[in-house]
Amino acid sequence: MLTIPRALYDKIVAHARADHPDEACGVIAGPAGSDRPERFIAMMNAERSPTFYRFDSGEQFRVWREMDDNDEEPVVIYHSHTATEAYPSRTDISYASEPQAHYVLVSTRDEDATEFRSYRILDGVVTEEPVTVVE
Amino acid sequence: MAIEVRIPTILRTYTDGAKQVEGTGSTLGELFTDLEQRHGGLRERLVDTGGGLRRFVNVYLNDEDVRFLSGLDTPVKDGDTVTVLPAVAGGAL
Repeated sequence: MLTIPRALYDKIVAHARADHPDEACGVIAGPAGSDRPERFIAMMNAERSPTFYRFDSGEQFRVWREMDDNDEEPVVIYHSHTATEAYPSRTDISYASEPQAHYVLVSTRDEDATEFRSYRILDGVVTEEPVTVVE
Repeated sequence: MAIEVRIPTILRTYTDGAKQVEGTGSTLGELFTDLEQRHGGLRERLVDTGGGLRRFVNVYLNDEDVRFLSGLDTPVKDGDTVTVLPAVAGGAL
């Protein structure tokens, strides 16, 4: 299960809405081993595309080193789908490589309602999990 | 002296859980071949069958993405740090 503070949930949704129709992506870091998302980091989508995202490798290096220095890890890795449902695509699954991360997908296809779903992706197997938003 | 290689969580199964290992070589490709002798299976996760870097990983020499250097032919030397990170990518298709 993903437990996420309301403020961070809202930041993910706001980022996805702001970058629509391109896909938005980012990370929420938290203390290593804690499973607690705490520090929101919006990442550039190096592809600037409505159908693909990729972290800029230089920015990723800096952010990952910062997490390492802070004894943090990526607790949430999020991105948006802008015309399809919030479910991991084949590309999402093939790239998923942080075993401890919650992979959050947001769909902005409906202007009025945002889909926000979370998954574990391990060795090509997708498992959806409940999302609990805490105030 | 040797070259320090930082290993991401997903690949630590090949390093007995170690975050960091050491190796030698004059290029990145040689370094990966050297690592393979002690960490069997690791090279295949970094290098594709065509002999290039796998698209699923980012490899950095110190703080530079080696794709912007010379890939596996990038020269390396004692005291360098090589960092491997999983590429984070995906999308709707």
